[in-house]
Amino acid sequence: MTIKTPESAGYPGALIAVEGLDGSGKSTQIHLIKRWLELEGYKVYFTEWNSSVAVKPATSKAKKSNLLTPTTFCLIHATDFADRYERQIQPLLRAGYIVLADRYIYTAFARDAVRNCDPGWVRRVYSFAVNPTITFFFQTSLEVALGRILSGRPKLKYHEAGMDLNLSDDPYESFRIFQGRVYEEYKKLIKEYEMVVINATRPVEVQQEQVRKYIREHINLSQFKWRSYK
Amino acid sequence: MKEFYDIVPPGMDPKNLAGKLFVIEGADGSGRSTQISILTEWLEHNGYAVVNVGLKRSTLIAKQFSEAQKSKVIGPTTMHLFYATDFADQLENVIVPAMRAGFIVLADRYIFTLMARAMVRGADPEWVQSLYGLAIIPDAVFYLRVRPQLLVERNFQKKATLDYWESGMDIGFSQDIFNSFFTYQRKIEKYFMQMKNVYGFQVIDGNRKVDTIAKDLKTRIERLLH
Repeated sequence: MTIKTPESAGYPGALIAVEGLDGSGKSTQIHLIKRWLELEGYKVYFTEWNSSVAVKPATSKAKKSNLLTPTTFCLIHATDFADRYERQIQPLLRAGYIVLADRYIYTAFARDAVRNCDPGWVRRVYSFAVNPTITFFFQTSLEVALGRILSGRPKLKYHEAGMDLNLSDDPYESFRIFQGRVYEEYKKLIKEYEMVVINATRPVEVQQEQVRKYIREHINLSQFKWRSYK
Repeated sequence: MKEFYDIVPPGMDPKNLAGKLFVIEGADGSGRSTQISILTEWLEHNGYAVVNVGLKRSTLIAKQFSEAQKSKVIGPTTMHLFYATDFADQLENVIVPAMRAGFIVLADRYIFTLMARAMVRGADPEWVQSLYGLAIIPDAVFYLRVRPQLLVERNFQKKATLDYWESGMDIGFSQDIFNSFFTYQRKIEKYFMQMKNVYGFQVIDGNRKVDTIAKDLKTRIERLLH
């Protein structure tokens, strides 16, 4: 399949996505990207995985009922993504925004592959969407990511812990195995989609400087400035 | 052994599906539901266990989907994926278990209506085809073809109104629901006739009397039961 980008689709906008394991610090990093671009006066929009308002009642209901199979799990997340894509991401790219995505379709590719969905089918399900201009992958060792999440002994949600895969009766053990498998899938995706790997064990501000430098070098930011009418 | 169009969804075993799957397709007012009840009664009378399935009946998300759809804020791709989720849920939780238990599944519409609806709303045909590649290939698909004029009459007879979605009002062919209904149904039919050869539908003349159509369907199904 050919890779579509905002540019090849003729959209004036740019799309920056962050991916990584839970606990990789990617949300912190994209928040800082957002603050930086906003404060510098660029047109920015931020969106995160699994957050569509219109689809949420369906997703919550489905997850609570524990009736999701790998296929319906994939499709309901694709539905959520499609809603955000059709109503926000794509129109904003066409309007010339910088769209920042905390997790993008690769999250689905990785998780759905772990749930044994056909990888080609999943890619085709999401083929209506453009690929990001830049995807940063925040890389830590599995142990570091697990440590950051599990040190506080948080309450893990059923699907978040991969409990539907019957890996272990213990949610924490299940989460470890699940995250390990997701990581293996991500490793393949990093190559396939030429993600920019950031060492996420370095200090936050060092990572952020590296990310900003990369963005400045690869995106002509001046075209995204708000025009002044004063 | 049953086959799937493109992929076998994870956790499904195409072996051990002893039952049969018969699909009736057709527009609102084509007489699908009437025929399904006649066929159900006939099959049960002959000792076959029958399960009926249809669209938007999944326990998983049917209600939430209807609400999202009613709000009219969701876009077409979102709507198609909602339908696909609903379909997959019924495939995995109703159709497959019933077939495993040796039931006859009568489907009041199947992926073809969903595909036609998506394509008429501008979805890429390859995308749509791939999306529904997870479906089991039915033992037979009967397409009840009815003149649009007759469809209108039957819809008015039933509800005294034309349905917003079945008239394609969301697409904007016309502000006039009557005109929109005809344009929409003609386009849907065009897609059905295109799919006919690819998926091997049997086209059934639905302009005839209920009993005549039922007899026709029974003859066709009977051949496939033995």
